[in-house]
Amino acid sequence: MKLETQAVTKRYGAHAALDGASFSTGDEARVIALLGPSGGGKSTLLRVLGSLLVPDAGSISIDGRTLPHDEAGALIERRANGFVFQGYNLFPHLTALQNIALPLREVHGMPESQAVRRAMELLHRLGLEGHENKRPSQLSGGQQQRAAIARALAPKPRLLLLDEPTSALDPVMTGEVLDVIRELAEAGQSIILATHEISFARKVADWVVFLAAGKVEESSSAADFFTQPQTKLAQAYLAGLSKYR
Amino acid sequence: MPASPDSTVSPARRTLYALLLLVVASAAFYALFSSVAYSWNWDGVWRYRQQFGYGWLTTMGLSLVAMIVSVALGFLLMLGRRSHWAPVRMFCGGVVELVRGSPLLVQLLIGHYIIANALRIDQPIFTGIILLGCFEGAYLAEIFRGAVESISASQLEAARAVGFDKVQTYRFVIIPQALRRALPGTTGQLVSLIKDSSLLSVIGIEELVQKVKIMNAATYKPLEGFLPLALAYLVVTLPLSHLARRLEGRFAYET
Repeated sequence: MKLETQAVTKRYGAHAALDGASFSTGDEARVIALLGPSGGGKSTLLRVLGSLLVPDAGSISIDGRTLPHDEAGALIERRANGFVFQGYNLFPHLTALQNIALPLREVHGMPESQAVRRAMELLHRLGLEGHENKRPSQLSGGQQQRAAIARALAPKPRLLLLDEPTSALDPVMTGEVLDVIRELAEAGQSIILATHEISFARKVADWVVFLAAGKVEESSSAADFFTQPQTKLAQAYLAGLSKYR
Repeated sequence: MPASPDSTVSPARRTLYALLLLVVASAAFYALFSSVAYSWNWDGVWRYRQQFGYGWLTTMGLSLVAMIVSVALGFLLMLGRRSHWAPVRMFCGGVVELVRGSPLLVQLLIGHYIIANALRIDQPIFTGIILLGCFEGAYLAEIFRGAVESISASQLEAARAVGFDKVQTYRFVIIPQALRRALPGTTGQLVSLIKDSSLLSVIGIEELVQKVKIMNAATYKPLEGFLPLALAYLVVTLPLSHLARRLEGRFAYET
């Protein structure tokens, strides 16, 4: 997959979360890590790339196809993507199974029995056997995040977008979730991942986009980024994060 | 959800307290009633029992229809106040503020003698149901709006992320979660509606209060009718409140 953005801007009131962000990846990027300091625009860029947000200005293309800027077009676009958030964002009034099966039925037009089968299959694959009929509040953080990943994967998304998926988890649960993401990456799933888990990004990512203050400071293959970062900002960021790990 | 303070009191003790309170309240009422020099005579009330029953059925029937009107209207006004279109938002906001800001009595009189008259609607019961439905609907709109607006932004984002459109987001995410939060306020408002229906007597609807007024006048007994009247409302409003508490329990889940 090749991602390209031209001067993408997204504002919240007076604050520009993305301020003319431009980059392009190599033609065969498959697991793209968005790195950079907090508040630098990672989460916003991830949402814009997944058509969850429509930018105020600029253009984005995936494999040469330009993303639509209107809400109706963006809806069609994001239905082909899967999203996982920092705070899991499961629906609290539904069981783990319903969280997955409901969008399959309502958004993707799958018959109920088939949707339930697919949901079961994913829950089992992500190690949630026996938890199908629990509400999110009855699951641990790691289990909730795995259920959220199952929900994102269920419709077989073209692109899986993960926004700091382990930031709210303790180290053990972080390990559980990172194992899952790694398996997905190794199985060939296209992934965009915003993260602070630098050593994990080093293991799974093949491309890195480094952002700070709403601008893309660096976009290079993971091998290059981690061995010879070009900008001072990226060098300082990597040094800071590797200090204690 | 924090445990109700009641759960710390044993059932036996609760029964004991209830009996004690009942005795104290009864004694107080008896003392108050007997200190008033008034000769009570219940014959008239008994003679008019059929009329009384008819009035009760009218009150309950029109309250039920007005409830349906008020919930539907409250929902529409809530949607209107959240509309992207400014005139719709302003209109619905204006309706809610005007209706909530003025007494039901005034609305009934203006609605019946001016608006219904001008529109040549000659059915007080129809006018009454609509006016009562509007009045309670304005309050329900605010209860619904509070519940809908308390749904967190992350839930709305999750709904977008799984690909729900606007209608699906309301149907599968907002309404199921808002329902639980709106339930206590809504039931309280419906209990109020039943009591507020007593004002419909001013536009000549022969509901319970009007029947009691007629009965009091016919028997030259100004007070006797009002005690059974209070009981006739409580018979419905107390179970309704109880039902609301049980429903709250059923809809409860940790968020």
